[in-house]
Amino acid sequence: MIRSENLFKYYGGKRALGPVSFEIGEGESVGFLGLNGAGKTTALRILACDLRPSGGTVSIGDVDAVARPQELKTRIGFLPEHPPLYSDMTVADYLRFVGRLRGVSRSAIERQVQRTAEITQIADVAGELIRHLSHGYRQRVGVAQAILHEPALLILDEPTRGLDPVQIVEMRSMLRDLKSEHTVLISSHILTEISETCDRLLVLGDGAIIASGTEAELSARPMKSQRFRVGVALPDDGGAEGAARCVADVEAVEDVSEGAEEDGALVFEVTASRDARGAAVRALVEGGFDVVFLERARRELEGIFLELVQGKGGDDAAA
Amino acid sequence: MRPLSIIFRRELGAYLSSPLGYIIAAAALLTTGILFQWEGLGGEPKLSSDVLTQFFYVASGVTMCAAILLSMRLVAEERQEGTLVLLSTSPASDLAIVLGKFLSAFALLAGMLALTLYMPLLIFVNGKVAVAEIAAGYLGLFLLGGAVLAIGLFASALARLQIVALLVGGLITAVLVLIYHLAGIVDPPLSTVFEKLALYHLHFHGFMTGLIELESVVYYAAVIYFFLLLATKTLEAKRWQ
Repeated sequence: MIRSENLFKYYGGKRALGPVSFEIGEGESVGFLGLNGAGKTTALRILACDLRPSGGTVSIGDVDAVARPQELKTRIGFLPEHPPLYSDMTVADYLRFVGRLRGVSRSAIERQVQRTAEITQIADVAGELIRHLSHGYRQRVGVAQAILHEPALLILDEPTRGLDPVQIVEMRSMLRDLKSEHTVLISSHILTEISETCDRLLVLGDGAIIASGTEAELSARPMKSQRFRVGVALPDDGGAEGAARCVADVEAVEDVSEGAEEDGALVFEVTASRDARGAAVRALVEGGFDVVFLERARRELEGIFLELVQGKGGDDAAA
Repeated sequence: MRPLSIIFRRELGAYLSSPLGYIIAAAALLTTGILFQWEGLGGEPKLSSDVLTQFFYVASGVTMCAAILLSMRLVAEERQEGTLVLLSTSPASDLAIVLGKFLSAFALLAGMLALTLYMPLLIFVNGKVAVAEIAAGYLGLFLLGGAVLAIGLFASALARLQIVALLVGGLITAVLVLIYHLAGIVDPPLSTVFEKLALYHLHFHGFMTGLIELESVVYYAAVIYFFLLLATKTLEAKRWQ
């Protein structure tokens, strides 16, 4: 559905994005992940036809988004970082205005407003002035204006920004529901938000795509450090320190966590510069400890992300 | 056409639902009334046509100030509040956005000018002027107001803050008014160019005295067109920056 080739954007003499190339299929939900200033918002604004790129091409469907943006605008819903709300309007009036502006027919407008209010759970504040709404509701109204005209492509720039934990959970649930009807692009620097709502991630760093793939694909990438968990039968008093020392003395082991009791075993998380599982088990057995389990630690996205943006694991890949 | 009328109604609603439009209109009416009483109706007896000329002289200054104040928010406020993106990502063209906003401010200005109509009508109490003379004066006020609104809208499209839009719009208007005085200190043909370019003296004077000159009508239409075009191109250019 979206194809971008060598897309880049300069603000004055400063490169904010690119060159980046990627493809996004219809019905996919893709997360743009990156630290602040990585180029996420710039990329999304270009895709939303709010900003023109300095170079490269981007097409949505078969339409060139740079040359013919007007043809695309009814097919795109965009929620910028700060929801574009008119505080002097009521929620319902605002949504009617947005609907008319986006070409929703007069006969369908009330139905669409009602439908959208139900999806985003703002029906109870439909008659209130936007200036009186809480941040959470304002964000929901922002999502509502983006989906009101049933766009094929929904672009959400940091939709959970500034929300409290309960609102974040509710927003994630809403975003998961939206995936079934739209191609969804979401940007965030919060990994859990992206991984829980998107099928695929594009990791941006310094304006370029440094990795892409599903969470599983990113987790499977070879990384410089290896982490595993090893559990030993609960030792006698003072045995925990001895077990930790046994593992720490193994060559290549960089860090050993304090032992934590888990299902009747004492579990250590170990970080090593290479695969040191065999050596660690040998050391523990020779030290008189009964090893009851060994597993590779689940590669947390945070770790992968940090390695990628710090330039340790990037492949300059495009999807 | 549809986005234009949607934006026009939204903007007009925004003026009417906030105190700004009322405050500007009330202040303009009050100032016009006081100055007209002072300059036109007060003092020694005058000819009716002189009183009418005085009215349009006073009203023109107030109209220019009101137009600058009304236009400063049109785009700059949207940019300040982060709502401009709603319009720029909608199917509305930049021209429709600019025209919708211009026409809404013009409608408010026209409404405000309509409320001043009782002042020239007061002349009929003790004097007599031609209705056509009043109509010509008002046509001049609409054109002058429209021109300054277009200048203000352009400044608003340039600026990130309303106060900057106010200053830039005011500065451009002041330069275009005062350029007339430069004509007196430079040689032809530059003096003629300055005279013809000036926003007020040469072009508005005819309207004040009941004279509709095609050249002046075309001049104001050209100023409106030019600055609305600049505003449209400014919006367009901002997407490339």
